[in-house]
Amino acid sequence: MESVRRRSSGWSIHWGKTLESICLPVAALLFSLLLFGIFCAAVGSNPFEVYGSIYKAAFGSWRSFQNTLIRASPLMLTALCTALPARLGLVIIGNEGALVVGGIGAIAAGLALNSAPSLVVQLSMAIAGLVCGGLWIGAVGALRHYRGVNETISSLLMNYIAIALLNHLVNGPMKDPASLNKPSSYPILDTNMLGVLPGTRIHYGLIYGLVACVIAYILIQRTTFGFAARTAGGNLRAARVAGLPVGKLTMAICFLAGSCAGLAGMVEVAAVHGRANESLNAGYGYSGILVAFIARYNPLAAIVVATLLGGILASGGILQRVHNLPDATVLLFQGVVFLVVMYSESLYGRFEIFKEQSAKIKTERPPAVPV
Amino acid sequence: MSTREVPTRGLLYLRRRQIIRGILATTAFGITSKLVGCSSSPEGSSAGGGDEKPLVIGFLYVGAKDDFGFNQAHAEGAAAIAKLPGVKIVEQANVPETTEAQEAMRNMIEQDGATVLFPTSFGYFDPHILKIAEEFPEVQFFHYGALYQEGKHPKNIGSYFADVDEGQYVAGRVAAATSKKGKLGFVAAKPITPVLRNLNSFMLGALSVKPDIKMQVIFTGDWSLPVKEAEATNSLADQGVDVVSMHVDSPKVVIETAEKRGIFSSGFHTVQSSLAPKGYLTGAAWDFPSIYTQYVEKFKAGQTVIDDSIPHLIRGGMKEKFVKLAPYGAAVSAETQKDADDTQAKLIDGSLYVYKGEIKDNTGKTEIPAGQNLKVTDPALDKMDWLASGVIGNVGG
Repeated sequence: MESVRRRSSGWSIHWGKTLESICLPVAALLFSLLLFGIFCAAVGSNPFEVYGSIYKAAFGSWRSFQNTLIRASPLMLTALCTALPARLGLVIIGNEGALVVGGIGAIAAGLALNSAPSLVVQLSMAIAGLVCGGLWIGAVGALRHYRGVNETISSLLMNYIAIALLNHLVNGPMKDPASLNKPSSYPILDTNMLGVLPGTRIHYGLIYGLVACVIAYILIQRTTFGFAARTAGGNLRAARVAGLPVGKLTMAICFLAGSCAGLAGMVEVAAVHGRANESLNAGYGYSGILVAFIARYNPLAAIVVATLLGGILASGGILQRVHNLPDATVLLFQGVVFLVVMYSESLYGRFEIFKEQSAKIKTERPPAVPV
Repeated sequence: MSTREVPTRGLLYLRRRQIIRGILATTAFGITSKLVGCSSSPEGSSAGGGDEKPLVIGFLYVGAKDDFGFNQAHAEGAAAIAKLPGVKIVEQANVPETTEAQEAMRNMIEQDGATVLFPTSFGYFDPHILKIAEEFPEVQFFHYGALYQEGKHPKNIGSYFADVDEGQYVAGRVAAATSKKGKLGFVAAKPITPVLRNLNSFMLGALSVKPDIKMQVIFTGDWSLPVKEAEATNSLADQGVDVVSMHVDSPKVVIETAEKRGIFSSGFHTVQSSLAPKGYLTGAAWDFPSIYTQYVEKFKAGQTVIDDSIPHLIRGGMKEKFVKLAPYGAAVSAETQKDADDTQAKLIDGSLYVYKGEIKDNTGKTEIPAGQNLKVTDPALDKMDWLASGVIGNVGG
């Protein structure tokens, strides 16, 4: 919101803000590494060796970085499901449900068109995923706008409905009789699966995630639509007075948010599982919420945060195997990083060093006038 | 969001929104942590002596290694072969059935040098094992569940499965002999074939002792629903059931609840005597220490599944030492113990069949005609979709 208010003050303000939003998270990260290092030393491991292992397992080589990116790609998409509505002032946590419903839509489309050319099938699956996820969170937006239902609660509850719907479908109407022990839908044809990026083992979901984040960024920060949304998020009443179509904005943003998570569900179906079953509901939605919060709802920052989280997830095994640290160590590391980063959010605007000259002059002017 | 700058307040000042967000983030974090595969035990990774390069075997578990259930049963097997000379174990627990499973397998192969993998959870097979097996044709994969199909799946995959029916049959006999009220209970996860085989063989065992015995079954709907499992056990106890058995991921809740209610329990997966010193009767348990030791012996002899010297599908019951009976609890009389031992011996020498016709389902329909005896490894049993006579409940829920 700051950028809205101060856009008129020119680029210098942006620089200070940009610097601040880079320096603070980096400082927070370093501080959390320090805390985690103390823990490692306390249990008798050399903290620097542990850092080295985490780095090696997450970012050290192209092979391990692929591991990180594979884990990060669904998180980028699900993060947008929270990040976009947040710019409108809505706290939506229905990412998991939207992902599941998107996956259901995608598998339905994929099975209906199984014999069509694979490009057509993939496209229809993607559209079905987008639309289903979009309608799911769109319903949350509609409840919010037309009936005043708290969007956080309703979107959370919608998660359970989505998961129950999935279980019903794969146990009943969609069930492949061959999937005895793990009820699943019929599989889509192998030829209709999304492939991997050439020369890697990363599926196309990563591209979807990156593209979606960039589009979301441009949409929110560089278009009138995004400006209207941010204005409504800043002050709903003022936005209404200014004649902004708040209802339409809410619906549109919620639809887009849901469709991002729905696309993540489509990717899970089309690139990973090839069918719908309970594996869809693996927690990517909930992790996306975390990514969105830490990225401060900035879609570009979500890319970075998702990669960081992916890296931490990727380093899960090596800490125990190489350093004989207890199971919970990686969780502790993750917890420390996220708590410190969350806390650092409350420090924005409190360091003089990031304030621009123009801003400082503004604040200093009043005492100067009487003299 | 518009009030972000409040410079007059101290650094520890948090706004309400931030606190709400913090709480949500913490929750999300908790759930994310489920995504992290952790663990690999230091005690399990001790290699046998000698300078020879050890055989590195990787194990993946979908849950915790100390769940008193399916995962613990496998982990006990892994711990048993870790003691063998020249074998090194790498383990990862809490690995969900997503790309995470693929990455964990890949790491074990590339970082730890594993040449044999036992990804234990049923859901790892398709697509995760299939994909990684194709990528690493020189690594052997063994999956628990009889899913391997010749010609369709990569050559370096083997399936193994323990048919627990015989164990449950004996446990059912013990339960019926111990029950005073003639009413058994069964807490089941999902009405799918392995669960139905399990509860039907338990019932058939019980019927062979008391032909008019009844068993109430409750399906909870999923593999791990501790609250529902406790409710189900309590409601069974309320209905006058005095022995309860189960097929859920972790029998812990059912057994502990039964002990609290003062009724008997018959376990599953692994040995749970410590949870219910008074009421635990016995239980059918997978004998993974024996199964995995058998595999290691084959590896040591230079056999591989790749060149077909290890069969692609190995199934076994009590005779093959794939299934065992948990030690009898204090409540099982000496007479019953002797009967159970005899029954076990007969099942092993082949003079007794669990599925001995005629067997009717609980609607009166004949499922296995008179004169037909099915071995537990018979593929016909893999299509079971009925409940044996005397079972109260239906497969639809």
